[in-house]
Amino acid sequence: MDILIQQVVSGLATGGIYASLALALVMIYQATDVVNFAQGELAMFATYICWSLINGGMPYWAAFLSTLAIAFVGGIVIERVVIRPVENAPILSIVMVTLGLLVICNSVAGWIWTYVQKPFPSPFPANPFRAGNIVLGAHDLGQIEVTLLVLLCIYLFFRFTPLGLAMRAAAHNPVSSRLVGIRVGWMLALGWGLAAVFGAVAGMMVAPVLTLEPNLMGGVQIYAFAAATLGGFTSPGGAVLGGFIVGVVENLVGTYVSFIGTELKFTVALAMIIVVLLVKPTGLFGSTVVKRV
Amino acid sequence: MSASRLPRIVGLLALLLVGCALPFVLSNFRLFQFSQVYIYAIAILGLNMLTGYNGQFSLGHGAFYAVGAYVSAIMMDRWNIPYGWTIPVAGVLCLIVGFLFGLPALRLEGLYLALATFSLALAVPQILKYFEHWTGGSQGIVLSKPNAPFGLRLNPDQWLYFVTLGVLVLLFWLGANLLKGRIGRAIVAIRDNHIAAEAMGINTALYKSLVFGVSAAYTGVAGALSASVIAYVAPDSFNVFLSVTLLIGSVIGGLASISGAVFGALFIQFVPNWAQDISKAAPWAIFGVFLIGFMYLMPFGIAGGIRLLWIRATRSRVQQEGRNAVPTQAHTTT
Amino acid sequence: MSALLEVQGLEAFYGRTKALHGVSFSMLKGGITTILGANGAGKTTTLRAISRMVKTTGAIRFEGEPLERKATEDVVQLGIAHAPEGRGTFVHLTVEENLRLGAWGRRERGNLQDDFERVFGYFPVLRERRRQAAGTLSGGEQQMLSVARALMLRPRLLLLDEPSLGLAPLVVREIFRILRTINQTGVSVLLVEQNAALALDLADHVFLLETGRVVMEGPSDVLRRDDAIRRAYLGY
Repeated sequence: MDILIQQVVSGLATGGIYASLALALVMIYQATDVVNFAQGELAMFATYICWSLINGGMPYWAAFLSTLAIAFVGGIVIERVVIRPVENAPILSIVMVTLGLLVICNSVAGWIWTYVQKPFPSPFPANPFRAGNIVLGAHDLGQIEVTLLVLLCIYLFFRFTPLGLAMRAAAHNPVSSRLVGIRVGWMLALGWGLAAVFGAVAGMMVAPVLTLEPNLMGGVQIYAFAAATLGGFTSPGGAVLGGFIVGVVENLVGTYVSFIGTELKFTVALAMIIVVLLVKPTGLFGSTVVKRV
Repeated sequence: MSASRLPRIVGLLALLLVGCALPFVLSNFRLFQFSQVYIYAIAILGLNMLTGYNGQFSLGHGAFYAVGAYVSAIMMDRWNIPYGWTIPVAGVLCLIVGFLFGLPALRLEGLYLALATFSLALAVPQILKYFEHWTGGSQGIVLSKPNAPFGLRLNPDQWLYFVTLGVLVLLFWLGANLLKGRIGRAIVAIRDNHIAAEAMGINTALYKSLVFGVSAAYTGVAGALSASVIAYVAPDSFNVFLSVTLLIGSVIGGLASISGAVFGALFIQFVPNWAQDISKAAPWAIFGVFLIGFMYLMPFGIAGGIRLLWIRATRSRVQQEGRNAVPTQAHTTT
Repeated sequence: MSALLEVQGLEAFYGRTKALHGVSFSMLKGGITTILGANGAGKTTTLRAISRMVKTTGAIRFEGEPLERKATEDVVQLGIAHAPEGRGTFVHLTVEENLRLGAWGRRERGNLQDDFERVFGYFPVLRERRRQAAGTLSGGEQQMLSVARALMLRPRLLLLDEPSLGLAPLVVREIFRILRTINQTGVSVLLVEQNAALALDLADHVFLLETGRVVMEGPSDVLRRDDAIRRAYLGY
């Protein structure tokens, strides 16, 4: 029982990372029908920036917040400069641009910071947290807290602020949004900015565990896809929940099913995607878009 | 009608002649590269049929490429079947596999089909390594390049170049007939508005699965050819990267286009090399820049770009004709 | 009375297809003008041209200010509210959120409470359904929401595209009655309609479009008595 709780908490921690990245993917998909394949790499790049700031002497949380700000601006700039020229092109062409961004990010990161693995600090104490017989890693708990805090802030923003409302409207119905005076292009840019922030949070939380290197987010991105598929690509809340579920399932399967070692844990994610697609493609909380013909 | 087709046929024949002359001019390595281009072109044409003409997104065509390659390799390695026979067998097998895959795929649209095929592509190397009794596991299977038949004085690279070129011409000719006729129109109709297509009496389920099958067959044949040309198959060569590369080639070349498949194949074969020449330190960054640049300049692919230039060039003539037309009187509607 | 809206030689394009061939008209401040015509005549396109939703050549002036180089969002800020064909409601958002968004383009934000009270006064049913998702409203209610959202802008000109489409006659009559009231508070209305009888009843001035050209115009009571119009558009 104790092990179960430990593994569930640990699963929730990694799940939080998948949830953040999945949320980023879903936000952009909802607004544009485009899956941003570069999301993970942008997150990795932001994490490296944080590393550089910390290495330059900045205290952790200052570097963390600065990185979030930089990621936000970076996301906006990328949307306005890189994506905007092709915003009216066929979807696959825009996907190609995100693929281009992916390889550029990965390659440039390797060029600037080399492919040598670098340790990344965790802001949480090294001593584990004990409750009776249960031992919980402080980083895991801290990770869950940070993820939940970020998610809460975003929820409040979208639900209760005028700008959040305008962004929701722009994602949902760009034509009507223009007719009420919303600058849809800039709403989209803000969406990319926020998505970059979620990605950066995910990157900075996972880097202490996996160690920092250019291919940091490759595997994480696959799990994020599984999370978004499970939760529903049309539902941000679903994607978040999907992330936590995938994290827990991944951990439990790895612990309790003996023949699945770390190698095949990956296959579990793929199996989840296939099962969801066969049973209910739109995911737990997604809805089919009904179009008038 | 034949007046406008003649220059086209002459042009294609001229290209073919140039293609046949290359083996006597280029080095073996360059011939190998061009054989690879023809192989990619066949694979990409398969993908174009499915994604471009029929609107079903596939991020997993590398899987069919792998099936074709391994079928060919296993037949040659285990049962000593000559490479020539392995190619149609690979094609037919992939046709069946593709069709079977197309059936559950009927339930998935757009993004969801892309996710499913993407997951399939990710799983391929692991599946190949798992069945190591057949596939030789991570070590793969080493093959030997065939010699030219009938004592022709061609080295293996030259002979394989002609083989791939020949298969390319045959499959492209077949593909063109398929796509430009009634079947092609039905396929495109399904892509553009499948409800309307169904209402017109097209059996969309059957067509979509068949297109999946034929598309897989083309890519499978390409894979089978690659087994001989590279003379080696190993699981890690058929990872998700291959599927993504084929899709890149498809979009860059022009999705709903036959000539686009060749342009795309040239891109994915040669641009990575150029990128490496430009920057040793971050070659993929250069590739990414090329990729983005092409999409800015030609969002509908190279074939699409050429078509737009052609339309722009002939537009002034059409506008003149339009200005002289008599406006029709409006009728009151009932 | 000065011209509120002036359009001269307006041509509009969908891609390379020309939908309007040199439309010219002007609207006086405070009036209700209606554009009539058959399907495909270019009525919706004319409204879209004013809202800068299509490519155009020719002159469009609102209160003397040229609109040709402006974006849709700028036109909204000038005080032109467009209730589009098909309502254009944000179906996943609540009625209240829809209304709030209507005020987004306003230069002076101010307190929205007065505006809410005003539109609820016109359309009491919206107050009842305030927290409901807009997609759950009936067609008539969504049309009311569409007009109400446009009014939240405190517009000087209201562009209204086929408000009667798909609605029961009683509901349509109610909406038109409210439009008259709204106009009396100083909001000019440019109305596109296929239901010629109702439109002629409401409007002061009429334009008739046929395949992208103005073929007839005049005061509504004059055109109502015109035989050709009667036979072609009123069916008797």
